[in-house]
Amino acid sequence: MSRVSVPCHVKGTVALQVGDVRTSQGRPGVLVIDVTFPSVAPFEEIMFKNYYTAFLSIRVRQHTSPHTPAKWVTCLRDYCLMPDPHSEEGAQEYVSLFKHQMLCDMARVLELRLILRQPSPLWLSFTVEELQIYQQGSKSPSMTFPKWLSHPVPCEQPAPLIEGLPDPSRVSSEVQQMWALTEMIRASHTSTRIGRFDVDGCYDLNLLSYT
Amino acid sequence: MTLTVLKSTSQGSWEKRILKSLNSMCTELSIPLARKRPVGEQKELLNKWNEMGTDEPDLSLFRPVYAPKDFLEVLINLRNPNYENGDSLSFRTHLGLIQVPLKVKDIPELKEFFVELGLTTGQLGIDDSTQVPPELFENEHVRIGQKVLAEQDSAAAQQYIRQGSPTALRAELWALILNISSQPEDILYYEQLKTNVIQHDLLVDSLIYKDVKLTASNDDYYFVFEDYLYQVLLCFSRDTSVLGHFAYNSASPPKSYIRGKLGLEEYAVFYPPNGVIPFHGFSMYVAPLCFLYHEPSKLYQIFREMYVRFFFRLHSISSHPSGIVSLCLLFETLLQTYLPQLFYHLREIGAQPLRISFKWMVRAFSGYLATDQLLLLWDRILGYNSLEILAVLAAAVFAFRAVNLMEVTSLAAAEAVLADLSTLKVMPLLQIFLFATVT
Repeated sequence: MSRVSVPCHVKGTVALQVGDVRTSQGRPGVLVIDVTFPSVAPFEEIMFKNYYTAFLSIRVRQHTSPHTPAKWVTCLRDYCLMPDPHSEEGAQEYVSLFKHQMLCDMARVLELRLILRQPSPLWLSFTVEELQIYQQGSKSPSMTFPKWLSHPVPCEQPAPLIEGLPDPSRVSSEVQQMWALTEMIRASHTSTRIGRFDVDGCYDLNLLSYT
Repeated sequence: MTLTVLKSTSQGSWEKRILKSLNSMCTELSIPLARKRPVGEQKELLNKWNEMGTDEPDLSLFRPVYAPKDFLEVLINLRNPNYENGDSLSFRTHLGLIQVPLKVKDIPELKEFFVELGLTTGQLGIDDSTQVPPELFENEHVRIGQKVLAEQDSAAAQQYIRQGSPTALRAELWALILNISSQPEDILYYEQLKTNVIQHDLLVDSLIYKDVKLTASNDDYYFVFEDYLYQVLLCFSRDTSVLGHFAYNSASPPKSYIRGKLGLEEYAVFYPPNGVIPFHGFSMYVAPLCFLYHEPSKLYQIFREMYVRFFFRLHSISSHPSGIVSLCLLFETLLQTYLPQLFYHLREIGAQPLRISFKWMVRAFSGYLATDQLLLLWDRILGYNSLEILAVLAAAVFAFRAVNLMEVTSLAAAEAVLADLSTLKVMPLLQIFLFATVT
């Protein structure tokens, strides 16, 4: 099933912090990224590159039913991106999240809010990068099978032998054996490369290149 | 996974240093990186192929491109720009030399990982000593080994070898685990590499000669294999199939251009053809294998597979759990956590433990342990498909000599205490450190 990138507007990260950002000593441990869509979109997949975020929660604002106003619903709660927030594991990985991992239905998404958490004081900053949202692409056109493939006829009686010709089933088994032999020879063909490192027999070099 | 920060900055600038070093050697000595041998020289080399060790070329002007301690300096200076490296001590201040916060296993996790090394499981290297009757473990273990070989079951061999390999079966078991079987095409490939050596003379050949003369030839156990080492390492440098391992190695192979065609991609080549520039001690990766394999093409295949699976991680920068950075951090963390007094004392006298143990780990202990002990150690590297055991052994050695180390007052004295590892028994040390030390 193909996927199609959904155009969206990613707002800048907002740090959530108690007190005055300039005077307080600690760094914020919670960041919020808002993603808005120009039109209501069915959500399929979200992909991003992590940068030292430990936990991710996603809230989505959508219409639950056609006539009620849109509400905020949590669709992903504390998804762990870094098993140990103090060490590098998972810190710079590419992550894909699919709609079946979400806690609620994602059919008519108006706005997404990503809540990033990094409780460890060891990192100077954290965020997610290269954020992309995908929706389900159009289904590939359905194929109708020809009738003889979907409804095979039962085995027919072989036609009576014509005089003077060899038995067709014997011929076919012999041809099959020959075919099997050629396939065997072809399969045992070695894939070892010759491994030439020179150019037209010349490998005279002066200096290494820095680029 | 290789972190972008390690990949782009440190490995890149380290590689540039190596290139500069090699280039300056070329210009100083007025020797080309590579040249085609004249026919007379080719004939001469072919004649003495089996006794290249008797050659005594003047190598005094050549120097190794780098030594492990240069590499250690690079690792010490690795920094993550997003990491809080403030002056104030915090709960995560790294008191060792490595300042990159990679995830390493602690002893409970190591005990689970190396569960077959536990006190209740039979081991070769412990339960085959002369005082233990062979009926208790050794005979049955040999019998199982023979069965594994008869079945040609590679996965079973890998599981089996975690308890050590009987000497008689080791060569076949390693070949089975590494998927090496000497087909005619493999022997032909090796012969082709030999032809490449005859035809083209490379500067790295002199580096290899120098390395073998300085290290393996001076070693009581390995000097007899000197000729084999040339036959393997010279061919290794010409083997373009080794380039394949750069797909999962953060390093990149050095590039050059055929004479005069600088910048034109169709004249770009890798140098050396296998992309690996040997450093001081490189030949020690091959030397122990000479005890197991005597047929040059098989010895060559085994070494090549060991290199692209394991050894390359010991001299390139990455965040892989078996990479040298993780091994260094694992060693320092184990020492700091389980021998804090010793760690603190050594730090205070200016003898950071990693400065002593680094060279052991980079060489996978080759040349430092007795060969039978080394082979028992390399059995476990193959069995667990991980180099972490090198860091654990390094910590275990420090633990073993802790009493003496507590009394030294300088780095030189600490080095002296740990200079001779040839009498150590590897498996008891590992077992005691992991399973029998009160934590």
